[in-house]
Amino acid sequence: MIPLLRTYLRPYRGVLVVISLLLLVQAFTNLYLPNLNADIINNGVVTGDIAYIVRVGGVMLLISAILGVASIVTVYYSARTAMRVGRDMRRDLFTRVESLSLGQVNALGVPSLITRNTNDVQQLQMLVMVGLTMMVLAPVTAVGAIIMAIRENAQLALLLIVVIPLMLAVISIMVFKAIPMFRAMQTKIDRVNLVLRENLTGIRVIRAFNQTDREEVRFEGSNADLTDTALRVTRLFALILPALMLIMNLSSVAVIWFGGHLVADGSMPIGNLTAFLAYIMQILMSVMMAVMTLMMVPRASASADRINEVLATHPDIVDQVDDPAGVTTPGLVEFRDVDFRYPGAQEAILQDITITFEPGTTNAILGGTGSGKTTLVNLIPRLLDTTQGDVLVGGHDVRLQPQEHLWKRFGIVPQKAFLFSGTIASNMRFGRPDATNAQIWHALEVAQAADFVRELPETLEAPVDQGGANFSGGQRQRLAIARAIVRDPEVYIFDDSFSALDYATDARLRRALSDEISGATIIIVAQRVSSVVTADHIVVMDYGRVVGQGTHEELLESCETYREIVASQLEVAAS
Amino acid sequence: MSSMRPGAPGGPPPRGPMGGGPGMSMMPSTEKAKNFKASMRRFAHRLRPERGVAVAVFVLGSVSVFLTVLGPKILGNATNVIFDGIVSLRIPAGMTQDQAVAALRAQGEDEQADMVAAMTLTPGQGVDFEALARWLALAAVLYLIASLLSWAQNYLMAGVTQRTMYRLREEVDAKLGRLPLSYFDSTPRGDLLSRVTNDIDNISTTLQQTLTQLVTALLTVIGVLAMMIWISPILALISVLTVPLSFVVTMLIARKSKPHFVGQWKWTGSLNSHVEEMFSGHELVRVYGHRDAAIVDFDSSNEKMYESSFRAQFISGMIQPALTFVSNLNYVAIAVFGGMRVASGAMSLGDVQAFIQYSRQFTMPITQIAGVANLLQSGAASAERVFELLDASEEEPDDSDAARIVDPAGRISLENIRFRYHEDTPLIDDLSLDVEPGQTIAIVGPTGAGKTTLVNLLMRFYEIQAGRILIDGINTHDATREDVRRCFGMVLQDTWLFEGTIHDNIAYGAESATQEEVEAAARASYADHFIRTLPEGYESKLSEQGENISAGERQLLTIARAFLADPAVLILDEATSSVDTRTEVLIQRAMSNLREGRTSFVIAHRLSTIRNADVILVMNRGSIVEQGNHEALMEAGGFYRDLYESQFTESPDEVATGFTPE
Repeated sequence: MIPLLRTYLRPYRGVLVVISLLLLVQAFTNLYLPNLNADIINNGVVTGDIAYIVRVGGVMLLISAILGVASIVTVYYSARTAMRVGRDMRRDLFTRVESLSLGQVNALGVPSLITRNTNDVQQLQMLVMVGLTMMVLAPVTAVGAIIMAIRENAQLALLLIVVIPLMLAVISIMVFKAIPMFRAMQTKIDRVNLVLRENLTGIRVIRAFNQTDREEVRFEGSNADLTDTALRVTRLFALILPALMLIMNLSSVAVIWFGGHLVADGSMPIGNLTAFLAYIMQILMSVMMAVMTLMMVPRASASADRINEVLATHPDIVDQVDDPAGVTTPGLVEFRDVDFRYPGAQEAILQDITITFEPGTTNAILGGTGSGKTTLVNLIPRLLDTTQGDVLVGGHDVRLQPQEHLWKRFGIVPQKAFLFSGTIASNMRFGRPDATNAQIWHALEVAQAADFVRELPETLEAPVDQGGANFSGGQRQRLAIARAIVRDPEVYIFDDSFSALDYATDARLRRALSDEISGATIIIVAQRVSSVVTADHIVVMDYGRVVGQGTHEELLESCETYREIVASQLEVAAS
Repeated sequence: MSSMRPGAPGGPPPRGPMGGGPGMSMMPSTEKAKNFKASMRRFAHRLRPERGVAVAVFVLGSVSVFLTVLGPKILGNATNVIFDGIVSLRIPAGMTQDQAVAALRAQGEDEQADMVAAMTLTPGQGVDFEALARWLALAAVLYLIASLLSWAQNYLMAGVTQRTMYRLREEVDAKLGRLPLSYFDSTPRGDLLSRVTNDIDNISTTLQQTLTQLVTALLTVIGVLAMMIWISPILALISVLTVPLSFVVTMLIARKSKPHFVGQWKWTGSLNSHVEEMFSGHELVRVYGHRDAAIVDFDSSNEKMYESSFRAQFISGMIQPALTFVSNLNYVAIAVFGGMRVASGAMSLGDVQAFIQYSRQFTMPITQIAGVANLLQSGAASAERVFELLDASEEEPDDSDAARIVDPAGRISLENIRFRYHEDTPLIDDLSLDVEPGQTIAIVGPTGAGKTTLVNLLMRFYEIQAGRILIDGINTHDATREDVRRCFGMVLQDTWLFEGTIHDNIAYGAESATQEEVEAAARASYADHFIRTLPEGYESKLSEQGENISAGERQLLTIARAFLADPAVLILDEATSSVDTRTEVLIQRAMSNLREGRTSFVIAHRLSTIRNADVILVMNRGSIVEQGNHEALMEAGGFYRDLYESQFTESPDEVATGFTPE
């Protein structure tokens, strides 16, 4: 946590100096006020010198005013600094995540990354905010007050040797006990979340099976568990303040008792007793303030670890030096002896892949689940790097092309048709901000989406909910396809992108695609033979290897696996 | 925050353990101030089951505050003992107090004379340590009891809070069980989750911090005021004057900070959804070259969020220094007037000292209340969101004398059904259909035709607006939903499994099933084989959403589940995308096993299913356009025929491949 905060506070060093100076002013004025208070009692009240009281009172007010102004300026700077630290952290987190590869993002987990970007940063931001005032003010005030207390009476100050360690002991025990409880509580909140999320996603099944009661029992279990832990934490905290208050109050009793003896001895004026009481309160209050800040540390520290984890993740795919001789044949995609193994995996998911997709052709990759099709296509735009061998796009190694340039060549439609909130137009312009309405309509026509878009009251300006939730699965897929077409890329990659379409729409779309975008290379990942028969080139995958390449007819002749797949699908259709 | 003694001048006010006070209460001040009172009242109502404990908390709090408030007065008495002692030493032994006073007057020291006259002195005796010990022991005991009581109060309050939160979560969960499906279909899941966890959490924090603080702060103000009046009504008057002043200062600042708090949370929300979207669509953002645009958008929300949170923090952070100044003003005024009164003998030094301490105790809870008021705003906003959920209109409850559907044969009749999701968008008008037990109904239609609507109506997930649906001649509207749903088994494309073992997932809805029955169901659905290849077989744990087995295997499990439930009527979705062909064969076989002897509604994708169906329902744009069997529909030459021809003459499954199995 400390290095993270140090990094993010570094740009605000100057402001930190100002804040520290202001806090020193506050600390000193805080310390000076009881002094004046003692003077008022010793020299004013005891001797009945009203003029003195008024004069010193005036000084007190002046100092209070200085204190007030100093505090407000401190709050200004510390709020600004803390919120800027939060802002900077969020920006760095977001920018970093945006530069990570898909594998890295999935390893960290999207929901967790979202929480880290807002909630975790918030924890640290608050710690900085409170810390900037408390962490400096409390120790300075405490040390100053200890010095003043010793100056008032060194003997009486010995009390602090007992009181302060006692308070620290109480605090440490509590914090020590609370940390694991807090961790457990977070896990149990997660659990409540999990059960509830399951209930929401499975609502139809639960109702269909009449299991509402059973799910309520399950929820009750995790709810009771959470309540139990939360109760233990809050009950533990219930003890902290009364305990600290008791120590503080008993200290003042002790001060009067021992101080009374000193006053009786004549070794201390009675006014000093009052001042001493004030100092001791100040010391103890400072300790308490520090404690309250310390209470935030366990949570903030957990958050800092989570933020550090992201910031310590460096993109595993980075641009290398560009070779300007570069791209010679736009639209050409080649795999040369490619192996791929996921980090930590025992077996390679792809082995000895050598394929050439010629420019302007329609290509298909066919294979069962787990045969490595998606991994294969992810290698093309360099969303992953090969373990061995080369992937070439346009006749040039993808690792030697800047990613931003490389990506411009592709129109990718992923398995899950994901739309962004906004409008149809904003989604269509996602990969090409300057696309004209005519270009968008053309893309929608090709993708067989123009009809339903036209029927929407706002047509292109029709709102799209997050994830495209206000469109059906088939509509989403067609919009995602149109989004790719708008880019007018050299290479299209369709990763099982027609699954939600009925046969008629599917067929019309394919026809339109081959008519309209004949210049581009098309690569289709598919499960179904029906989706691939018309392709110029079919690659059959099985267990990470290419087991056959060629046209439908050629493969029927030459490829056993292909024949099996065809046969099994006919069997399914016939059953 | 009970039994809190005053801080030194300028000392920061104490905060609750989980963070209170102006610095940490960075929750939104609600924009709907008009609902604030109503929400608070409703919330107070929720505390009713805790009435007994709440009274105990209040009593303990009052006593604790009372004792704490007495403390400084007693310490003041102790100081008086010391002061009297040293003054008495200045009076020569043998002289009485009256003589000493007279002597002082003779010296013209009238003020000192007055002071001494007001004291109880035994000249020459010195400090009466026995009396001092008595006072201090009393103070120590009072403090000890006060702390114990305050602990008990906090302890009980923790119970009140957590139990209330427990009940609120339970209530929300039970509510979710009574809400109609339309509610879930139209509300984002993340928002619902957030209400149950984040908002209830926020209410809990608010409750824990504000209630005890508010009670003790108010009691302290009252108690301290009483003590101040008792000691010196005139000085008390000065302190009372600070109340309206503090109030005005707080209100002025709070009013300024409120819009910024609202802004802060608004921008946090918009930032969060931007982040959520961009991370969810990570690969698209990168490959479509949208990264820089995404960062620009992020920066703009981030900057706005920073601006408003900084302003909110700064402005609300001014409350404390401002009130501290007011408090110091009060302090000096009391020192001046108190000093004059001691000098004139109208008040003892100990009393002034006690009074000064009281005045600190008086202004501090006022600062505290100011902070609490801020925190309450945020709690009220969350409470409103939770109440909104609790107020959503529920499903019509089942009749208590509902008709029972026992051992149904599976005869389904739809009579003149009318249904619309939105009143002005026509959907199903006047649909009738008779299905004999064991028949198969194929539902066909293009993408987005609304095939699931029919499922929704059959299962009574949605209520029809006119007409009747009969199962074995019983109107489903008159039966309990449970009975209706027990008639159906559902295998949908969107497989749902919960976190638990494979056994439990298959036995979902049939907890009493034996291991043999579970295995038989798994065998019938071709799931047995893959289950046995898993390391722990039927006891293998599935993660949430069953991500540790493949999509096809998940589907097999849901079929096994339907087998075990043994319903009279089936609802099947044949679509099996993203499944490899071998698994698909298994799924098809399992489904046709399952259909044997049962009435089936099939969302059909296979030509064979459609041809063999007893009735085909042709759906388009959400409504049923045609119904009949294959031959009849082909003959009619309507939408079905077009659909059939466009789909299946181009479907290479049987036609275009030109390949016939040997």
